[in-house]
Amino acid sequence: MSDSHAAQDTRGGTGERAAILARVREALTVPTSIHVQRDRHLAYAEHANHAEESDAVGGLLPPVGASLQSRIDRFQERSESLRSNFLTAECTSTAAGVLGRIATDSGWKRVAVHNAPLLDQIAPHLPCDRLQIGENYDREALEQCDAGITVCDALIAQTGSVLLTATSAGGRALSVLPPHHVVIATAAQLLPDLPSAFALLASTYGKSWPSFATIITGPSRTGDIERILVLGAHGPKQLTVILINQNQEQ
Amino acid sequence: MKTIALQQFRHDADIAAADGDRRAFIRTALGGYYGVRGATMASYANYPAARAKAAAIKWDALENLGEHLEAFESKLLDRGVKVHWATDAASARGYVLDILHRREAKLVIKSKTMTSEEIHLNDAMEQAGYDVVESDLGELIVQLNKQAPYHFVFPCMHLKRGEIKSIFDKAYGESGSDDPENLTMIARRVLRQQYLRADVGISGANFGVAETGTISITENEGNSRLTCAMPRVHVVLMGIEKIVPRLADLALLQPMLGTAGTGQLMTCYNSLYLGPKRGGEIDGPEEMHVVLLDNGRTRILADSELRDALRCIRCGACLNVCPIFKNVGGHTYGVTYQGPIGAVIEPHLRTVQEFGHLSAASSLCGACTETCPVKIDIHHHLLRNRKKAAKSKRGERAIFGAFTFLMRRPALLRWVGRAAGVIDRLARPLQGSALDPFKAWRQSRTLPSPAPSSFRDYWKSRGRR
Ligand code: SF4
Repeated sequence: MSDSHAAQDTRGGTGERAAILARVREALTVPTSIHVQRDRHLAYAEHANHAEESDAVGGLLPPVGASLQSRIDRFQERSESLRSNFLTAECTSTAAGVLGRIATDSGWKRVAVHNAPLLDQIAPHLPCDRLQIGENYDREALEQCDAGITVCDALIAQTGSVLLTATSAGGRALSVLPPHHVVIATAAQLLPDLPSAFALLASTYGKSWPSFATIITGPSRTGDIERILVLGAHGPKQLTVILINQNQEQ
Repeated sequence: MKTIALQQFRHDADIAAADGDRRAFIRTALGGYYGVRGATMASYANYPAARAKAAAIKWDALENLGEHLEAFESKLLDRGVKVHWATDAASARGYVLDILHRREAKLVIKSKTMTSEEIHLNDAMEQAGYDVVESDLGELIVQLNKQAPYHFVFPCMHLKRGEIKSIFDKAYGESGSDDPENLTMIARRVLRQQYLRADVGISGANFGVAETGTISITENEGNSRLTCAMPRVHVVLMGIEKIVPRLADLALLQPMLGTAGTGQLMTCYNSLYLGPKRGGEIDGPEEMHVVLLDNGRTRILADSELRDALRCIRCGACLNVCPIFKNVGGHTYGVTYQGPIGAVIEPHLRTVQEFGHLSAASSLCGACTETCPVKIDIHHHLLRNRKKAAKSKRGERAIFGAFTFLMRRPALLRWVGRAAGVIDRLARPLQGSALDPFKAWRQSRTLPSPAPSSFRDYWKSRGRR
């Protein structure tokens, strides 16, 4: 950061900032007491056998098999319990066919898409209108669309999730405003678990972060009324993931 | 001394505990949670170790809090986020009101944030003339019903569908069936336009990553995503203890929060916010603010034992398993954070004199400690709070003083022992009446009669034989 930028912000700034930081430092000069510390050492000891830091978390969460097929199986299994719709296709044109059928069956009139090479191969073949989302798009029009179609950064087999960012998937609203969110992904994007998803984020964007990223796990839901599950609380009622797996025969 | 808060607690607890119907309803509502959470925990490769690791991460965060906060702030500033440090609730409110004023806001949309409940932000914004809409379904319902949240994760779990339908009828006109699906869709329709119209979106934060300057928000409905996507300004309210050191820590903490909170391995949306709309992005707020709130947290941090409680990730699991919470209900606590963790921290966030009694609202069964995903020793802290409170209680001091006095005087003790039977017989008719000094306790319990002869007399007669 340049000096001029530093001068504009409040770094080193206000009285309250200094007061809070001083109180924090003052508070921590008293060491954590024996009773609590014992628990903490126990806590460390319990996971000490997982020597490697990054492996430590990977080895604790639900296990996922190493092969692509076992990742696909896990994603499938998770999708069923999440009530997302998971489909595979051999190539982009089969994917376009699959999505075209969904469009016809659901009676879609208009879908929203963003700029991405993969979507350019699919969206033009759909039997409905398209709203191309770009700078200064019409928000009301997006709200009226029957579906939002995006690509993603990764799929996560362990949790059945989709990882996307504002830069990869057409901003913040496209994947949450329309009632149906469709994700087009390739088999190479199917990661085993959450730690690998965060590692991917760091390696892809570590130097220049998008302003937004999200891990989507199933269609929007709520249990606020009598703890009874209702889908489509504020976000999409439906989530469809289409995985293009070009090496299916292998 | 009985404080107003304590009298209120007793009054509300009596009413709630006598409402067997509502209690059964709460039990049923939680029934599904236990099963789902158990199954999700069992799916972990090693849940006990995951818990230990999560506990250790939050310890790391806390013991280096100063450095982490500075790193966090610095990263946010680099991306053009405005950071405000608020020592207390008034400062945080003032800062938010300034933003609303400067941006000439009319409508404010909020996604669930307990921090805003803590600082009474809604009242302040409404008094200043702004329209404020809660977007989380549960929060919206309690807002319309002019109530505080009943549970900090499930805000309206105490309300039945029929009650929610009449709340909606009143607010929006006849709402049709009381089916949860129908009621949810009404809220969806009503809020859609608000997202598009709102000038400012206010959210909380579940985690703040120091390493990358990232706000992490865990939710299910998508209301928080819309709140942070559509308005021109996004304001985040965050307690300073929400810090975690590394981005990779979220790979464990997000699923732990989901699992403990609702039984979901991951909730629907775990979103990361790093700044306002960037060049090249097509939407998002022009302006982003993060308010870092102390409001008593550094006081808790300064207590070498109690600081343990600042590691809380607000999953709500300790409420869900607490027999007292299930019997007296969330509103009885009369504070922002209900249940066992509330009983630990609220007396210190407010004043021990006024809210110390909350720590007695526990059976010390330890279910909370056992369930906590970050291994906070909750019932130890409750006991310690109680110990401190007992030292300052005149009644208890008097009883133990009398006990010590007697035990030091054998002759007097013998006499009192003999007189006990007579006193008991004379006092028995008073049991539970207005004249009984132990009325509250003895109304529903019978004290066993003293033995006809004391142990001392028995021992003597045995020796003579
Ligand atoms: S104390 Fe533990 S169980 Fe209770 S809300 Fe906090 S993290 Fe959850």
